[in-house]
Amino acid sequence: MSRDRTPRTLALILLALLVSGQFLPQWTLFLVTVALAKGLVVLGLMILLRCGLVSFGQALYYCIGAYAAGMLGRLFGASDVFTLMLAGMAAAGLVGFVLGFLLARYRSIFFGLLSLAVSMILYGLLVKTEALGSTDGFHVLPSTLFGLRPADAWVRYTVLAVALLVAFIAALLVHRYLGTPLGRLASAIKDNEIRVEYMGASARHAIHVKYVIAAALAGLGGALAATTVGHIDPEMAYWTTSGEFIFITILAGTGNVIAPFLGALVFGVIQTVAFGISPNTWQMVLGGSLLVVIVFLPNGLWSLFRGRKAA
Amino acid sequence: MAAILDAQGLNKNFGAVTAASDINAAIERDSVVGLIGTNGAGKTTFINMITGYLKPDRGRIRYEGRDITELAPRDVTRLGICRSFQIPQLYASLTAFENMLVGIGVVLRNAGRGGFFSRGRALVPGHDLPAEDVAERILERFGLAEYRDKNAQVLPGGVRKLLDIALTMVAKPKILLLDEPTSGVSAEEKFVIMEMIMAAVRAEGATVLFVEHDMEVVSRFAGRVLAFYDGRIIADAAPEIALADPEVKRYVVGGVLRA
Repeated sequence: MSRDRTPRTLALILLALLVSGQFLPQWTLFLVTVALAKGLVVLGLMILLRCGLVSFGQALYYCIGAYAAGMLGRLFGASDVFTLMLAGMAAAGLVGFVLGFLLARYRSIFFGLLSLAVSMILYGLLVKTEALGSTDGFHVLPSTLFGLRPADAWVRYTVLAVALLVAFIAALLVHRYLGTPLGRLASAIKDNEIRVEYMGASARHAIHVKYVIAAALAGLGGALAATTVGHIDPEMAYWTTSGEFIFITILAGTGNVIAPFLGALVFGVIQTVAFGISPNTWQMVLGGSLLVVIVFLPNGLWSLFRGRKAA
Repeated sequence: MAAILDAQGLNKNFGAVTAASDINAAIERDSVVGLIGTNGAGKTTFINMITGYLKPDRGRIRYEGRDITELAPRDVTRLGICRSFQIPQLYASLTAFENMLVGIGVVLRNAGRGGFFSRGRALVPGHDLPAEDVAERILERFGLAEYRDKNAQVLPGGVRKLLDIALTMVAKPKILLLDEPTSGVSAEEKFVIMEMIMAAVRAEGATVLFVEHDMEVVSRFAGRVLAFYDGRIIADAAPEIALADPEVKRYVVGGVLRA
Protein backbone atom coordinates (compact mmCIF):
# COMPACT_ATOMS: atom_id res chain seq x y z
CA MET A 1 0.00 0.00 0.00
CA SER A 2 1.26 3.44 -0.89
CA ARG A 3 1.68 5.80 2.02
CA ASP A 4 -0.74 8.66 2.40
CA ARG A 5 1.20 11.76 1.40
CA THR A 6 -1.69 14.20 1.28
CA PRO A 7 -1.42 15.50 4.89
CA ARG A 8 2.28 16.19 4.46
CA THR A 9 1.76 17.89 1.10
CA LEU A 10 -1.00 20.02 2.58
CA ALA A 11 1.23 21.08 5.47
CA LEU A 12 4.04 22.00 3.07
CA ILE A 13 1.72 24.10 0.92
CA LEU A 14 0.39 25.82 4.06
CA LEU A 15 3.90 26.67 5.25
CA ALA A 16 5.07 27.81 1.81
CA LEU A 17 2.12 30.18 1.42
CA LEU A 18 2.35 31.49 4.99
CA VAL A 19 5.99 32.39 4.43
CA SER A 20 5.79 33.67 0.87
CA GLY A 21 2.60 35.60 1.65
CA GLN A 22 4.61 38.12 3.66
CA PHE A 23 6.54 39.16 0.57
CA LEU A 24 3.84 38.99 -2.09
CA PRO A 25 2.03 42.09 -3.36
CA GLN A 26 -1.33 42.87 -1.73
CA TRP A 27 -3.45 42.05 -4.79
CA THR A 28 -2.07 38.51 -4.94
CA LEU A 29 -2.97 37.98 -1.27
CA PHE A 30 -6.53 38.97 -2.09
CA LEU A 31 -6.55 36.65 -5.09
CA VAL A 32 -5.32 33.69 -3.08
CA THR A 33 -7.74 34.32 -0.21
CA VAL A 34 -10.74 34.48 -2.55
CA ALA A 35 -9.47 31.32 -4.24
CA LEU A 36 -9.36 29.60 -0.84
CA ALA A 37 -12.94 30.67 -0.13
CA LYS A 38 -14.12 29.30 -3.45
CA GLY A 39 -11.93 26.23 -2.98
CA LEU A 40 -13.87 25.39 0.19
CA VAL A 41 -17.14 25.44 -1.76
CA VAL A 42 -15.60 23.31 -4.50
CA LEU A 43 -14.26 20.86 -1.92
CA GLY A 44 -17.88 20.17 -1.00
CA LEU A 45 -18.91 19.88 -4.64
CA MET A 46 -16.11 17.38 -5.12
CA ILE A 47 -17.57 15.16 -2.41
CA LEU A 48 -20.94 15.24 -4.17
CA LEU A 49 -19.46 14.76 -7.63
CA ARG A 50 -17.72 11.61 -6.44
CA CYS A 51 -21.23 10.23 -5.85
CA GLY A 52 -22.16 11.33 -9.36
CA LEU A 53 -24.19 14.28 -8.11
CA VAL A 54 -23.79 17.78 -9.55
CA SER A 55 -25.33 20.56 -7.50
CA PHE A 56 -26.23 23.50 -9.73
CA GLY A 57 -27.14 25.50 -6.65
CA GLN A 58 -24.21 25.40 -4.30
CA ALA A 59 -24.19 29.21 -4.32
CA LEU A 60 -27.19 28.88 -2.00
CA TYR A 61 -24.95 27.84 0.85
CA TYR A 62 -22.16 30.19 -0.18
CA CYS A 63 -24.66 33.03 0.09
CA ILE A 64 -26.17 31.78 3.35
CA GLY A 65 -22.69 31.61 4.88
CA ALA A 66 -21.89 35.11 3.71
CA TYR A 67 -25.18 36.62 4.89
CA ALA A 68 -24.99 34.81 8.23
CA ALA A 69 -21.54 36.31 8.79
CA GLY A 70 -22.64 39.73 7.58
CA MET A 71 -25.80 39.80 9.67
CA LEU A 72 -23.98 38.66 12.77
CA GLY A 73 -21.89 41.83 12.45
CA ARG A 74 -24.82 44.02 11.48
CA LEU A 75 -27.19 42.85 14.22
CA PHE A 76 -24.85 41.95 17.08
CA GLY A 77 -21.64 43.75 16.16
CA ALA A 78 -19.72 40.48 16.06
CA SER A 79 -16.48 40.88 14.17
CA ASP A 80 -14.24 38.00 15.21
CA VAL A 81 -13.29 36.24 12.01
CA PHE A 82 -13.54 32.74 13.48
CA THR A 83 -16.95 33.45 15.00
CA LEU A 84 -18.20 34.71 11.65
CA MET A 85 -16.93 31.66 9.82
CA LEU A 86 -18.39 29.27 12.38
CA ALA A 87 -21.73 31.06 12.10
CA GLY A 88 -21.65 30.86 8.30
CA MET A 89 -20.80 27.19 8.42
CA ALA A 90 -23.46 26.39 11.02
CA ALA A 91 -26.22 28.31 9.20
CA ALA A 92 -25.44 26.66 5.87
CA GLY A 93 -25.05 23.23 7.46
CA LEU A 94 -28.42 23.57 9.18
CA VAL A 95 -30.22 24.59 5.99
CA GLY A 96 -28.40 21.78 4.19
CA PHE A 97 -29.56 19.30 6.80
CA VAL A 98 -33.20 20.30 6.35
CA LEU A 99 -33.11 20.51 2.54
CA GLY A 100 -31.09 17.29 2.47
CA PHE A 101 -34.19 15.28 3.41
CA LEU A 102 -35.68 16.36 0.10
CA LEU A 103 -32.62 16.48 -2.15
CA ALA A 104 -31.10 13.16 -1.06
CA ARG A 105 -34.08 11.49 -2.74
CA TYR A 106 -33.11 12.77 -6.17
CA ARG A 107 -30.36 11.88 -8.62
CA SER A 108 -28.79 13.23 -11.79
CA ILE A 109 -30.53 16.15 -13.50
CA PHE A 110 -33.36 16.23 -10.94
CA PHE A 111 -30.90 16.71 -8.10
CA GLY A 112 -29.07 19.37 -10.07
CA LEU A 113 -32.11 21.40 -11.07
CA LEU A 114 -33.80 21.10 -7.70
CA SER A 115 -30.69 22.49 -6.01
CA LEU A 116 -30.65 25.27 -8.60
CA ALA A 117 -34.30 26.05 -7.91
CA VAL A 118 -33.75 26.34 -4.16
CA SER A 119 -30.79 28.68 -4.65
CA MET A 120 -32.85 30.91 -6.93
CA ILE A 121 -35.58 31.10 -4.28
CA LEU A 122 -33.03 32.56 -1.86
CA TYR A 123 -31.83 34.96 -4.56
CA GLY A 124 -35.40 36.08 -5.12
CA LEU A 125 -36.01 36.56 -1.41
CA LEU A 126 -32.83 38.58 -0.90
CA VAL A 127 -33.53 40.82 -3.90
CA LYS A 128 -36.92 41.67 -2.36
CA THR A 129 -35.61 42.21 1.19
CA GLU A 130 -34.90 45.89 1.61
CA ALA A 131 -33.72 45.49 5.19
CA LEU A 132 -30.77 43.56 3.75
CA GLY A 133 -30.09 46.08 1.00
CA SER A 134 -31.98 44.11 -1.68
CA THR A 135 -29.94 44.02 -4.91
CA ASP A 136 -27.20 46.24 -3.48
CA GLY A 137 -26.48 44.01 -0.50
CA PHE A 138 -24.54 45.60 2.33
CA HIS A 139 -21.06 46.15 3.68
CA VAL A 140 -19.61 43.71 6.14
CA LEU A 141 -17.97 45.17 9.23
CA PRO A 142 -14.18 44.95 9.24
CA SER A 143 -13.36 41.70 10.98
CA THR A 144 -11.06 41.24 13.92
CA LEU A 145 -8.83 38.44 15.10
CA PHE A 146 -9.11 37.64 18.82
CA GLY A 147 -10.48 41.15 19.37
CA LEU A 148 -7.66 42.89 17.55
CA ARG A 149 -7.61 44.65 14.20
CA PRO A 150 -4.23 44.26 12.50
CA ALA A 151 -2.44 47.31 11.09
CA ASP A 152 -3.76 48.28 7.65
CA ALA A 153 -0.70 46.98 5.82
CA TRP A 154 -1.16 43.57 7.45
CA VAL A 155 -4.92 43.14 7.12
CA ARG A 156 -4.71 41.25 3.83
CA TYR A 157 -1.97 38.99 5.09
CA THR A 158 -3.81 38.22 8.34
CA VAL A 159 -6.99 37.30 6.49
CA LEU A 160 -4.93 35.12 4.15
CA ALA A 161 -3.25 33.38 7.10
CA VAL A 162 -6.63 32.68 8.69
CA ALA A 163 -8.01 31.44 5.37
CA LEU A 164 -5.01 29.18 4.86
CA LEU A 165 -5.40 27.68 8.30
CA VAL A 166 -9.12 27.09 7.86
CA ALA A 167 -8.69 25.60 4.39
CA PHE A 168 -5.88 23.39 5.68
CA ILE A 169 -8.01 22.01 8.51
CA ALA A 170 -11.05 21.57 6.24
CA ALA A 171 -8.98 19.73 3.63
CA LEU A 172 -7.43 17.45 6.23
CA LEU A 173 -10.81 16.58 7.76
CA VAL A 174 -12.39 15.92 4.36
CA HIS A 175 -9.39 13.81 3.38
CA ARG A 176 -9.85 11.70 6.48
CA TYR A 177 -13.58 11.48 5.89
CA LEU A 178 -13.07 10.25 2.32
CA GLY A 179 -11.04 7.37 3.72
CA THR A 180 -13.80 6.18 6.07
CA PRO A 181 -16.27 3.49 4.96
CA LEU A 182 -18.99 6.12 4.50
CA GLY A 183 -16.64 8.34 2.50
CA ARG A 184 -15.53 5.46 0.31
CA LEU A 185 -19.13 4.67 -0.50
CA ALA A 186 -19.16 7.66 -2.89
CA SER A 187 -17.96 5.94 -6.06
CA ALA A 188 -19.99 2.87 -5.15
CA ILE A 189 -23.16 4.99 -5.05
CA LYS A 190 -22.19 6.51 -8.39
CA ASP A 191 -21.60 3.09 -9.94
CA ASN A 192 -24.39 0.95 -8.55
CA GLU A 193 -26.83 2.12 -5.95
CA ILE A 194 -28.79 -1.14 -5.99
CA ARG A 195 -25.73 -3.05 -4.90
CA VAL A 196 -25.03 -0.50 -2.16
CA GLU A 197 -28.47 -1.19 -0.72
CA TYR A 198 -28.00 -4.95 -1.06
CA MET A 199 -24.76 -4.71 0.87
CA GLY A 200 -26.62 -3.25 3.81
CA ALA A 201 -26.01 0.48 3.41
CA SER A 202 -28.44 3.32 2.81
CA ALA A 203 -27.39 5.36 -0.22
CA ARG A 204 -29.85 8.08 0.73
CA HIS A 205 -28.39 8.43 4.19
CA ALA A 206 -24.84 8.55 2.80
CA ILE A 207 -25.84 11.24 0.30
CA HIS A 208 -27.60 13.24 3.00
CA VAL A 209 -24.45 13.25 5.13
CA LYS A 210 -22.34 14.31 2.15
CA TYR A 211 -24.84 17.00 1.25
CA VAL A 212 -24.64 18.52 4.73
CA ILE A 213 -20.84 18.44 4.66
CA ALA A 214 -20.86 20.15 1.26
CA ALA A 215 -23.34 22.77 2.51
CA ALA A 216 -21.27 23.50 5.62
CA LEU A 217 -18.10 23.86 3.54
CA ALA A 218 -19.85 26.24 1.15
CA GLY A 219 -21.13 28.27 4.13
CA LEU A 220 -17.61 28.46 5.50
CA GLY A 221 -16.34 29.63 2.11
CA GLY A 222 -19.12 32.20 1.88
CA ALA A 223 -18.33 33.66 5.32
CA LEU A 224 -14.66 33.81 4.41
CA ALA A 225 -15.47 35.55 1.13
CA ALA A 226 -17.67 38.04 2.98
CA THR A 227 -14.92 39.03 5.42
CA THR A 228 -12.33 39.14 2.63
CA VAL A 229 -14.30 41.20 0.13
CA GLY A 230 -16.09 43.27 2.78
CA HIS A 231 -19.34 43.40 0.84
CA ILE A 232 -22.12 40.92 0.13
CA ASP A 233 -25.06 40.97 -2.25
CA PRO A 234 -27.67 38.54 -3.63
CA GLU A 235 -25.44 37.80 -6.65
CA MET A 236 -23.71 35.34 -4.33
CA ALA A 237 -26.78 33.07 -4.61
CA TYR A 238 -27.29 33.65 -8.35
CA TRP A 239 -27.02 30.70 -10.70
CA THR A 240 -23.93 32.10 -12.42
CA THR A 241 -22.10 31.86 -9.09
CA SER A 242 -23.14 28.20 -8.82
CA GLY A 243 -21.97 27.74 -12.38
CA GLU A 244 -18.58 29.18 -11.49
CA PHE A 245 -18.20 26.62 -8.72
CA ILE A 246 -19.04 23.77 -11.07
CA PHE A 247 -16.63 25.24 -13.59
CA ILE A 248 -13.86 25.11 -11.00
CA THR A 249 -14.85 21.58 -9.92
CA ILE A 250 -14.49 20.29 -13.47
CA LEU A 251 -11.30 22.29 -13.99
CA ALA A 252 -9.80 20.89 -10.78
CA GLY A 253 -10.85 17.24 -10.92
CA THR A 254 -11.97 15.09 -8.02
CA GLY A 255 -8.72 13.21 -7.44
CA ASN A 256 -7.60 14.81 -4.20
CA VAL A 257 -8.65 17.36 -1.57
CA ILE A 258 -5.89 19.69 -2.80
CA ALA A 259 -7.41 19.84 -6.28
CA PRO A 260 -10.32 22.21 -5.45
CA PHE A 261 -7.96 24.85 -4.08
CA LEU A 262 -5.57 24.46 -6.98
CA GLY A 263 -8.50 24.73 -9.38
CA ALA A 264 -9.87 27.83 -7.66
CA LEU A 265 -6.45 29.49 -7.78
CA VAL A 266 -5.93 28.69 -11.46
CA PHE A 267 -9.45 29.96 -12.13
CA GLY A 268 -8.68 33.20 -10.30
CA VAL A 269 -5.44 33.70 -12.16
CA ILE A 270 -6.98 33.01 -15.60
CA GLN A 271 -9.87 35.32 -14.78
CA THR A 272 -7.57 38.13 -13.64
CA VAL A 273 -5.18 37.80 -16.56
CA ALA A 274 -7.96 37.44 -19.12
CA PHE A 275 -9.77 40.45 -17.71
CA GLY A 276 -6.56 42.46 -17.87
CA ILE A 277 -5.96 41.55 -21.50
CA SER A 278 -9.49 41.90 -22.73
CA PRO A 279 -12.13 43.30 -20.33
CA ASN A 280 -15.00 42.61 -22.74
CA THR A 281 -14.28 39.06 -23.81
CA TRP A 282 -12.56 37.54 -20.78
CA GLN A 283 -15.22 34.86 -20.51
CA MET A 284 -14.08 33.58 -23.89
CA VAL A 285 -10.60 32.96 -22.54
CA LEU A 286 -12.07 31.23 -19.50
CA GLY A 287 -14.29 29.03 -21.66
CA GLY A 288 -11.38 28.22 -23.93
CA SER A 289 -9.22 27.13 -21.02
CA LEU A 290 -11.94 24.83 -19.70
CA LEU A 291 -12.28 23.36 -23.18
CA VAL A 292 -8.55 22.68 -23.28
CA VAL A 293 -8.64 21.05 -19.84
CA ILE A 294 -11.62 18.85 -20.71
CA VAL A 295 -10.03 17.70 -23.97
CA PHE A 296 -6.51 17.11 -22.70
CA LEU A 297 -7.05 16.45 -18.98
CA PRO A 298 -10.47 14.81 -18.68
CA ASN A 299 -9.86 14.17 -14.99
CA GLY A 300 -9.04 17.81 -14.37
CA LEU A 301 -5.89 19.66 -13.44
CA TRP A 302 -5.24 17.20 -10.66
CA SER A 303 -4.32 14.50 -13.16
CA LEU A 304 -1.10 16.46 -13.77
CA PHE A 305 -0.01 15.47 -10.26
CA ARG A 306 -1.37 11.95 -10.28
CA GLY A 307 1.17 9.30 -9.43
CA ARG A 308 3.61 11.71 -7.86
CA LYS A 309 1.23 12.82 -5.15
CA ALA A 310 -1.14 9.88 -5.02
CA ALA A 311 -3.99 10.30 -2.57
CA MET B 1 -33.20 -29.29 12.57
CA ALA B 2 -34.92 -25.96 13.00
CA ALA B 3 -35.78 -23.89 9.95
CA ILE B 4 -33.63 -20.80 9.54
CA LEU B 5 -36.00 -19.37 6.95
CA ASP B 6 -39.71 -19.97 6.79
CA ALA B 7 -41.95 -18.65 4.03
CA GLN B 8 -45.67 -19.09 4.65
CA GLY B 9 -48.42 -18.59 2.10
CA LEU B 10 -46.61 -16.06 -0.10
CA ASN B 11 -48.69 -14.51 -2.85
CA LYS B 12 -47.64 -11.91 -5.37
CA ASN B 13 -49.40 -10.62 -8.44
CA PHE B 14 -48.21 -8.17 -11.04
CA GLY B 15 -51.50 -7.09 -12.57
CA ALA B 16 -52.94 -10.22 -14.16
CA VAL B 17 -49.68 -12.16 -13.82
CA THR B 18 -49.32 -14.42 -10.83
CA ALA B 19 -45.68 -14.44 -9.77
CA ALA B 20 -46.23 -16.29 -6.51
CA SER B 21 -49.21 -18.33 -5.47
CA ASP B 22 -49.30 -19.81 -1.98
CA ILE B 23 -45.57 -20.42 -1.67
CA ASN B 24 -44.68 -22.39 1.46
CA ALA B 25 -41.11 -23.39 2.18
CA ALA B 26 -39.17 -23.95 5.38
CA ILE B 27 -35.43 -23.92 4.77
CA GLU B 28 -33.24 -25.81 7.20
CA ARG B 29 -30.03 -24.38 8.55
CA ASP B 30 -26.87 -25.26 6.56
CA SER B 31 -28.86 -26.89 3.78
CA VAL B 32 -28.24 -26.35 0.09
CA VAL B 33 -31.43 -25.82 -1.86
CA GLY B 34 -31.74 -25.63 -5.63
CA LEU B 35 -34.54 -23.54 -7.12
CA ILE B 36 -35.58 -24.72 -10.58
CA GLY B 37 -38.22 -23.70 -13.06
CA THR B 38 -38.60 -22.05 -16.44
CA ASN B 39 -38.23 -18.32 -16.87
CA GLY B 40 -41.15 -16.55 -15.27
CA ALA B 41 -41.94 -19.47 -12.96
CA GLY B 42 -41.39 -17.34 -9.85
CA LYS B 43 -37.88 -18.22 -8.65
CA THR B 44 -36.47 -14.70 -8.71
CA THR B 45 -39.73 -13.31 -7.32
CA PHE B 46 -39.27 -15.70 -4.40
CA ILE B 47 -35.73 -14.40 -3.85
CA ASN B 48 -36.88 -10.80 -4.24
CA MET B 49 -39.53 -11.30 -1.59
CA ILE B 50 -37.06 -12.83 0.85
CA THR B 51 -34.63 -9.93 0.39
CA GLY B 52 -37.34 -7.33 0.82
CA TYR B 53 -37.11 -5.99 -2.73
CA LEU B 54 -40.72 -7.03 -3.30
CA LYS B 55 -43.42 -7.13 -0.64
CA PRO B 56 -45.74 -10.14 -0.94
CA ASP B 57 -49.43 -9.33 -1.31
CA ARG B 58 -50.13 -11.99 1.32
CA GLY B 59 -48.05 -14.26 3.50
CA ARG B 60 -45.15 -13.88 5.92
CA ILE B 61 -41.44 -14.61 5.83
CA ARG B 62 -39.68 -15.53 9.06
CA TYR B 63 -35.95 -15.63 9.53
CA GLU B 64 -34.60 -17.17 12.72
CA GLY B 65 -38.06 -16.75 14.18
CA ARG B 66 -38.26 -13.07 13.28
CA ASP B 67 -40.77 -11.63 10.81
CA ILE B 68 -38.79 -9.95 8.03
CA THR B 69 -41.61 -9.52 5.51
CA GLU B 70 -41.70 -5.73 5.76
CA LEU B 71 -37.97 -5.02 5.95
CA ALA B 72 -36.03 -3.14 3.26
CA PRO B 73 -33.22 -4.95 1.39
CA ARG B 74 -30.47 -3.23 3.39
CA ASP B 75 -32.05 -4.30 6.69
CA VAL B 76 -32.48 -7.87 5.47
CA THR B 77 -28.82 -7.84 4.43
CA ARG B 78 -27.78 -6.56 7.85
CA LEU B 79 -29.51 -9.56 9.43
CA GLY B 80 -27.32 -11.91 7.40
CA ILE B 81 -29.27 -12.69 4.23
CA CYS B 82 -27.11 -11.78 1.24
CA ARG B 83 -27.77 -12.24 -2.44
CA SER B 84 -25.92 -12.36 -5.71
CA PHE B 85 -27.39 -11.37 -9.03
CA GLN B 86 -28.14 -13.06 -12.33
CA ILE B 87 -26.49 -10.09 -14.03
CA PRO B 88 -23.48 -9.19 -11.85
CA GLN B 89 -24.06 -5.97 -9.93
CA LEU B 90 -20.59 -4.57 -9.47
CA TYR B 91 -19.01 -1.17 -8.96
CA ALA B 92 -17.84 -0.92 -12.55
CA SER B 93 -15.31 1.89 -12.18
CA LEU B 94 -13.57 0.26 -9.21
CA THR B 95 -11.06 -2.57 -9.22
CA ALA B 96 -11.96 -6.01 -7.89
CA PHE B 97 -10.06 -5.20 -4.72
CA GLU B 98 -11.83 -1.85 -4.28
CA ASN B 99 -15.17 -3.57 -4.88
CA MET B 100 -14.40 -5.80 -1.93
CA LEU B 101 -13.26 -2.85 0.19
CA VAL B 102 -16.53 -0.99 -0.39
CA GLY B 103 -18.48 -4.04 0.75
CA ILE B 104 -16.26 -4.54 3.76
CA GLY B 105 -16.59 -0.83 4.54
CA VAL B 106 -20.34 -1.23 4.81
CA VAL B 107 -19.89 -4.18 7.16
CA LEU B 108 -17.50 -2.12 9.28
CA ARG B 109 -19.82 0.84 9.33
CA ASN B 110 -22.84 -1.25 10.31
CA ALA B 111 -20.76 -2.59 13.19
CA GLY B 112 -19.80 0.96 14.18
CA ARG B 113 -16.13 0.43 13.37
CA GLY B 114 -13.59 2.23 11.21
CA GLY B 115 -15.43 5.56 11.35
CA PHE B 116 -14.13 9.10 11.33
CA PHE B 117 -13.00 9.05 14.95
CA SER B 118 -11.63 5.54 15.15
CA ARG B 119 -7.90 5.05 15.46
CA GLY B 120 -5.74 2.42 13.83
CA ARG B 121 -6.99 -0.30 11.53
CA ALA B 122 -10.40 -1.64 12.45
CA LEU B 123 -11.03 -5.39 12.43
CA VAL B 124 -13.88 -6.64 10.27
CA PRO B 125 -16.50 -8.35 12.42
CA GLY B 126 -16.80 -12.07 11.75
CA HIS B 127 -13.41 -12.17 10.05
CA ASP B 128 -11.32 -10.53 12.80
CA LEU B 129 -8.88 -9.18 10.26
CA PRO B 130 -8.26 -5.69 8.83
CA ALA B 131 -10.31 -4.80 5.72
CA GLU B 132 -7.45 -5.28 3.23
CA ASP B 133 -6.68 -8.77 4.53
CA VAL B 134 -10.32 -9.82 4.38
CA ALA B 135 -10.52 -8.56 0.78
CA GLU B 136 -7.37 -10.46 -0.23
CA ARG B 137 -8.54 -13.63 1.46
CA ILE B 138 -11.96 -13.71 -0.16
CA LEU B 139 -10.54 -12.84 -3.59
CA GLU B 140 -8.08 -15.68 -3.22
CA ARG B 141 -10.76 -18.11 -2.13
CA PHE B 142 -12.66 -17.38 -5.34
CA GLY B 143 -9.54 -17.59 -7.49
CA LEU B 144 -9.71 -13.85 -8.21
CA ALA B 145 -6.29 -12.83 -6.87
CA GLU B 146 -4.90 -12.23 -10.38
CA TYR B 147 -7.74 -9.81 -11.15
CA ARG B 148 -7.22 -7.82 -7.94
CA ASP B 149 -6.28 -4.53 -9.61
CA LYS B 150 -8.40 -4.78 -12.74
CA ASN B 151 -11.46 -2.61 -13.12
CA ALA B 152 -14.70 -4.54 -12.76
CA GLN B 153 -15.98 -3.36 -16.14
CA VAL B 154 -13.12 -4.99 -18.08
CA LEU B 155 -13.33 -8.38 -16.36
CA PRO B 156 -14.54 -11.41 -18.36
CA GLY B 157 -18.10 -12.60 -17.73
CA GLY B 158 -17.25 -15.61 -15.58
CA VAL B 159 -14.92 -13.54 -13.42
CA ARG B 160 -17.55 -10.85 -12.95
CA LYS B 161 -19.94 -13.56 -11.84
CA LEU B 162 -17.48 -14.84 -9.26
CA LEU B 163 -16.71 -11.33 -8.02
CA ASP B 164 -20.44 -10.71 -7.64
CA ILE B 165 -20.70 -13.78 -5.44
CA ALA B 166 -17.46 -12.98 -3.59
CA LEU B 167 -18.99 -9.61 -2.67
CA THR B 168 -21.78 -11.35 -0.80
CA MET B 169 -19.26 -13.16 1.39
CA VAL B 170 -17.85 -10.05 3.08
CA ALA B 171 -20.79 -9.81 5.45
CA LYS B 172 -20.43 -13.46 6.58
CA PRO B 173 -23.94 -14.30 5.39
CA LYS B 174 -26.01 -16.86 7.22
CA ILE B 175 -28.17 -17.31 4.16
CA LEU B 176 -26.79 -16.94 0.68
CA LEU B 177 -29.22 -16.45 -2.19
CA LEU B 178 -27.54 -17.05 -5.54
CA ASP B 179 -29.53 -16.06 -8.60
CA GLU B 180 -28.25 -18.22 -11.47
CA PRO B 181 -24.62 -18.35 -10.31
CA THR B 182 -23.56 -20.24 -13.43
CA SER B 183 -25.60 -18.51 -16.13
CA GLY B 184 -23.59 -17.13 -19.01
CA VAL B 185 -20.73 -19.46 -18.13
CA SER B 186 -19.48 -22.30 -20.33
CA ALA B 187 -20.58 -25.83 -19.46
CA GLU B 188 -17.12 -26.87 -18.26
CA GLU B 189 -16.75 -23.78 -16.07
CA LYS B 190 -20.09 -24.31 -14.35
CA PHE B 191 -18.82 -27.06 -12.11
CA VAL B 192 -15.60 -25.19 -11.35
CA ILE B 193 -17.56 -22.13 -10.25
CA MET B 194 -20.01 -24.15 -8.17
CA GLU B 195 -17.19 -26.10 -6.50
CA MET B 196 -15.52 -22.82 -5.58
CA ILE B 197 -18.72 -21.34 -4.18
CA MET B 198 -19.52 -24.44 -2.19
CA ALA B 199 -15.98 -24.64 -0.79
CA ALA B 200 -16.25 -21.03 0.38
CA VAL B 201 -19.69 -21.68 1.83
CA ARG B 202 -18.47 -24.76 3.67
CA ALA B 203 -15.55 -22.80 5.08
CA GLU B 204 -17.76 -19.91 6.23
CA GLY B 205 -20.85 -21.91 7.10
CA ALA B 206 -24.00 -20.68 5.39
CA THR B 207 -27.36 -21.88 4.16
CA VAL B 208 -27.57 -21.66 0.37
CA LEU B 209 -30.46 -21.22 -2.01
CA PHE B 210 -29.47 -21.15 -5.65
CA VAL B 211 -31.40 -20.73 -8.86
CA GLU B 212 -30.13 -23.03 -11.58
CA HIS B 213 -31.21 -24.20 -15.03
CA ASP B 214 -28.63 -26.95 -15.46
CA MET B 215 -30.11 -30.09 -13.89
CA GLU B 216 -26.71 -31.76 -13.69
CA VAL B 217 -25.48 -28.92 -11.52
CA VAL B 218 -28.65 -29.10 -9.43
CA SER B 219 -28.45 -32.83 -8.78
CA ARG B 220 -24.77 -32.60 -7.96
CA PHE B 221 -24.86 -29.69 -5.49
CA ALA B 222 -28.38 -29.37 -4.08
CA GLY B 223 -29.58 -31.44 -1.16
CA ARG B 224 -33.14 -30.38 -1.85
CA VAL B 225 -34.97 -29.01 -4.84
CA LEU B 226 -37.87 -26.58 -5.04
CA ALA B 227 -39.44 -26.76 -8.49
CA PHE B 228 -41.42 -23.68 -9.53
CA TYR B 229 -44.08 -23.52 -12.17
CA ASP B 230 -46.50 -20.68 -12.79
CA GLY B 231 -45.82 -19.09 -9.40
CA ARG B 232 -46.35 -22.34 -7.49
CA ILE B 233 -44.00 -24.87 -5.99
CA ILE B 234 -44.86 -28.12 -7.78
CA ALA B 235 -42.22 -30.27 -6.15
CA ASP B 236 -40.19 -30.02 -2.95
CA ALA B 237 -37.92 -33.02 -2.43
CA ALA B 238 -34.43 -34.41 -2.75
CA PRO B 239 -33.07 -33.89 -6.30
CA GLU B 240 -33.35 -37.49 -7.46
CA ILE B 241 -37.01 -37.57 -6.42
CA ALA B 242 -37.93 -34.07 -7.57
CA LEU B 243 -36.27 -34.38 -10.97
CA ALA B 244 -38.04 -37.72 -11.56
CA ASP B 245 -41.44 -36.23 -10.76
CA PRO B 246 -43.65 -36.38 -13.87
CA GLU B 247 -44.97 -32.87 -13.41
CA VAL B 248 -41.44 -31.49 -12.99
CA LYS B 249 -40.31 -33.46 -16.03
CA ARG B 250 -43.12 -32.04 -18.08
CA TYR B 251 -43.10 -28.39 -16.96
CA VAL B 252 -39.55 -27.73 -15.78
CA VAL B 253 -36.98 -30.08 -17.21
CA GLY B 254 -38.73 -30.37 -20.56
CA GLY B 255 -39.26 -26.62 -20.59
CA VAL B 256 -35.59 -26.00 -20.07
CA LEU B 257 -34.65 -28.39 -22.85
CA ARG B 258 -36.98 -26.67 -25.24
CA ALA B 259 -35.66 -23.23 -24.26
